[in-house]
Amino acid sequence: MTTETSLRDLLRIVIVGHVDHGKSTLVGRLFHDTGSLPEGKLEAIRGMCERRGMPFEWAFLMDAFQSERDQGITIDTAQIWFKTEKRDYTIIDAPGHREFIKNMVTGAANAEAAVMLIDASQGVQQQSRTHAYLLRLLGIRQIVVVVNKMDLVDFSAERFAEIDATYRHYLAEIDLAPAQIIPIAARDGDNIATPSTRMPWYKGPSLITALDDFAGKADLSALPLRLPVQDVYKFDDRRILAGRIQSGSVKVGDRLLFSPSNKTARVASIETWSAPARSAAKAGESVGITLDEQLFIERGDIASHETQPPIETNVFNGRLFWLSRNPLRQGQTYRLRLQTREVPVTVQEISALYDVEKLTSKPSDDVPHNGIADVVLRSQAMLALDRIDENPSTGRFVLTDGINLVAGGTISMQGYPNQRALVTQRSSNLTEVLHKVTADLRQQRNGHRGGVLWFTGLSGAGKSTIAMAVERELFRRGMQVYVLDGDNIRTGLSANLSFAPEDRAENIRRVGEVAALFADAGTIAITAFISPYRSDRQRAKAAAHDMFHEIYIKADLAACESRDPKGLYQKARRGEISDFTGISAPYEPPEAPDLVIDTQGATVDACVMQVIDYVERHFRG
Amino acid sequence: MDHLDQLESQSIYILREAFHQIDRLAMLWSLGKDSNVMVWLAKKAFFGHVPFPVMHIDTGKKFPEMYAFRDRYVTEWNLNLIADSCPPVEETDPSLPPAARSAARKTLGLKNAIAKYKFNGIIAGIRRDEESVRSKERVFSPRGSEGSWNFGDQPPEFWDYFNTNLPEGTHLRVHPLLQWTELDIWRYIDREKIPVVDLYYSKGGKRYRSLGDQDITSPVDSNASTITEIVAELETTKTSERSGRAMDRETEDAFERLRAAGYM
Repeated sequence: MTTETSLRDLLRIVIVGHVDHGKSTLVGRLFHDTGSLPEGKLEAIRGMCERRGMPFEWAFLMDAFQSERDQGITIDTAQIWFKTEKRDYTIIDAPGHREFIKNMVTGAANAEAAVMLIDASQGVQQQSRTHAYLLRLLGIRQIVVVVNKMDLVDFSAERFAEIDATYRHYLAEIDLAPAQIIPIAARDGDNIATPSTRMPWYKGPSLITALDDFAGKADLSALPLRLPVQDVYKFDDRRILAGRIQSGSVKVGDRLLFSPSNKTARVASIETWSAPARSAAKAGESVGITLDEQLFIERGDIASHETQPPIETNVFNGRLFWLSRNPLRQGQTYRLRLQTREVPVTVQEISALYDVEKLTSKPSDDVPHNGIADVVLRSQAMLALDRIDENPSTGRFVLTDGINLVAGGTISMQGYPNQRALVTQRSSNLTEVLHKVTADLRQQRNGHRGGVLWFTGLSGAGKSTIAMAVERELFRRGMQVYVLDGDNIRTGLSANLSFAPEDRAENIRRVGEVAALFADAGTIAITAFISPYRSDRQRAKAAAHDMFHEIYIKADLAACESRDPKGLYQKARRGEISDFTGISAPYEPPEAPDLVIDTQGATVDACVMQVIDYVERHFRG
Repeated sequence: MDHLDQLESQSIYILREAFHQIDRLAMLWSLGKDSNVMVWLAKKAFFGHVPFPVMHIDTGKKFPEMYAFRDRYVTEWNLNLIADSCPPVEETDPSLPPAARSAARKTLGLKNAIAKYKFNGIIAGIRRDEESVRSKERVFSPRGSEGSWNFGDQPPEFWDYFNTNLPEGTHLRVHPLLQWTELDIWRYIDREKIPVVDLYYSKGGKRYRSLGDQDITSPVDSNASTITEIVAELETTKTSERSGRAMDRETEDAFERLRAAGYM
C-alpha cells in the first residue's frame, strides 16, 4: 500500500474577476479535464439545468445555493478540490459582483495564488481592476491571467494582444507581474489542460501547466520569531502560554522578549499531548510553552528574540480596504485587531483615498463602502507590530466596528518612528535620591516656579524667533530662563543623531529630559523644536509632569513655506531633504495646547507679549 | 510541516480562539470519525484536557456500536458528556421530505439544548468537501436567535481574524474541520491512532462511509477493512461521501433548507 500521496503538496488558488466573465464555468471545466468530478455530479447538474429549461451550466458545480442558481450569480465563496499529476489543489471560487466584495476577500485571503479571468469580448472591467488591487493588498503575488470566451472573438490574436497589453500595464502600475496571460475558452476546454487547436498562434503553457509552476505556501520560518500569545492555560500545575508561531522558530532555552510589556524569560519547555517531547518549533505550528520565570503575560503580547524585536509604536500608517456600508470617518474610533491583540484606535487622518480605476488618490474625510485608503491610526496603548514588507503576519491588521469586521489592512511606518528604544528602560538597580533643596526653596529664592515652555510648530512658524525674544524679556524681568534650540542641541547633545524618524524621536526624548532637569533646578526652560509627534510630546510632558506647558506656535504650511528662513522647504521640495515635516513627514498638531500663538495674525512683538503674559500668570506666586 | 501538520495547527488555533472568545461553549460529538478527530484535536489544543462539554444530540436511532463507543470513550477521554434526546419527528417542519424531517429532529434537539444550557458557541465537525452547501460556510458562523443561518449575507472572515462578537440571544457555530477532506481525516486517524467505530470497516463487502441514523443511512460497496485500505479506496473513488445519506438529495434544495434552519 502506498502512502506516497499523503506527501503531496496542496496549493490553494482563488478564481477572481469581473461578474459574468466565466469563473464558475472555468472551475467546472478544470474539474472535468483533470478527471476530478465526483460520480453523479454531472447528472445532478444536468437535472438542475433541465428543470430550469436551460443549457448545461458548469457554474452549478460551485453555486450551491438555490438563489445562486436561480439568479445565475455567485453570492458566496465556495471551495472544491482537484488534483493534477503534480499536486492537489483547493479551488476557491470568489464572487465577481461588486456587492459581494466582502465574500471575495474572504475567499481570496486564504489563497496562495490567483487566477484572474477576463472576458475576451468585454475586456478589462471594473472588478478586473478592483480584484487585482485587493489581491495586492491581501499579499497574493502569484497570478495567472486567463482571457476567457476567446470563441466569442473568433480566437483573434489581435484582440488577445490588446487585452494582454492593457492589463499588463495596469498590473505593473500596482506592482504586480502576471506569471502568464493565457487565451482560453473555458466552456470547451481550450488551453485548460491541453493546448488549443483553435489558437495555434498561442505558444505559451496551458492553465494547468501554469498552475503547476506556482510555488507552494511561503515558509516564514527564516524570518525573526513572532509568537503572539493566544491564551494562558493553567489546567494543571503547568502554566502554559499557547499560541501559533507566525514566523521564525523557537527552541527550549531561548530567551524571549514579550512586547509591548517588555518582559523577558527563557523557554523552559515546549509542551505536547500524545506526542514526543519537543525541543524546537517553527513558523506555522500551534504550540504551548512554559517559561523559567512566572511572568504576568497576557493574550496579545508578542514573543520574539531580544535581538530582532517587533516595532513598538502607538501610531502607524495603514493601507486598508473598507467593507462596511457605513463609511470610515476621520476622528472615529474602531477596534484594532493585530494578531491576538485588541485595542481601540482612532482614525487621525485619511491621507489618501484611492481610485483603483484611474490609480489616483486624494485626501478625504471618509472612506466609502469597498473603498481603499491610506489612514493614520493612533491608539492609547503601545502596540507591537511589523512593517508589511518585513513580516506578512504581524504587518497586517483588521478593524472591527461593534460586532462587525469592517476592514483589513497592511502596515507601513512611513514617517513614523519606532518608539521601542524610547520606552525601554535598560538599566535596573536604580534608586531615586531625594534632594535636600526643595522646589519651594528654589521658588522662594528665584521669585518664580521652574517649568518647561514647550514650543511646537512647523519649521518657519516662528518658534526660535519668539523663544529668543521671550528669553531676553524674562531675563530682563529677573527670571531664570534658558532656551534649548534645535540647531544648538544638534551640534552637541544630539550630535550622533540623524533626521530619520527614530533619531528625531530620540532627539526629542533627550530634550524633554534635559528640559525637565532645568525645570527641576528652578529654571524656565523654553524648547524650540518642531517636535511633530504627539507621542514624543506626551513623553516630554511625562518627564516634566505638571511643570510642562505645551505652546502651539501656529502657522499653516503655505505661510511657513513662503517664509522659509533657512531655505529648507525649497530643498525638501527638490527632494534633497527626506522626511521633512509638512512635506514628506507628518506634523501632528497638539490636541489641547496650554497656549496657542497664531503667528500669521500677529506681529512678533505681540506674539512675544502673549507668552510673557502667560508666564506672569502661571509662574509667579 | 506537511499537509496534515498544517491542518492540525490551524484547527488547534481555531479551537483556542473559540475557547478564549466564547464563554459558554460546547462541542458536538456525533460519535462519527470527524467528531472523534475533533475531540482529539481539542485534547491536543488544551494539553490533554477538553475544557468544555461534549454534546451528543441523541436521536435514539444510532447504531448499537455507536452507543457502546460513546460509553467507552467518555470515560477513557475524561469527557464531560451531555446526551439529551431529540423531540419526536412530529415536531419537525412537515413540508420537508421524509428523510430530511428525520434529520431535522437533530436541529430541534440542538436548539433545545442551546436554550437549556444557554450555550453561545457550538463547535461542529462539518467539512467543506462533504456537501456543496457546507463549502460556503465560515469558520466562525453566526446563527440567528432561532438558530437560523443567514447564508445570503455572511460576515467577512480573513487572515484568521474570526468574528467572535455576537448580538444577545444568538450563537456562533465554530467549524475547526472546515478545511479538512475525508481523505485528510482518515490519514490523520491513521497517523494519530484515533479510535473509530468499526462500522467504517468492511464486513461482507459493505461498509459505512458516513454514519447517521440507522434508518436513513446505508452502507456502500467496499472491501476496505483497514484504515490503509480505506485511504487507498478514497484516493481513487468518485462516489461522494454522503451518497449513503438519503436526506441530502430528496429534493434539489433539501439540504440547503435543513442548514438554513440550523442543521449542522
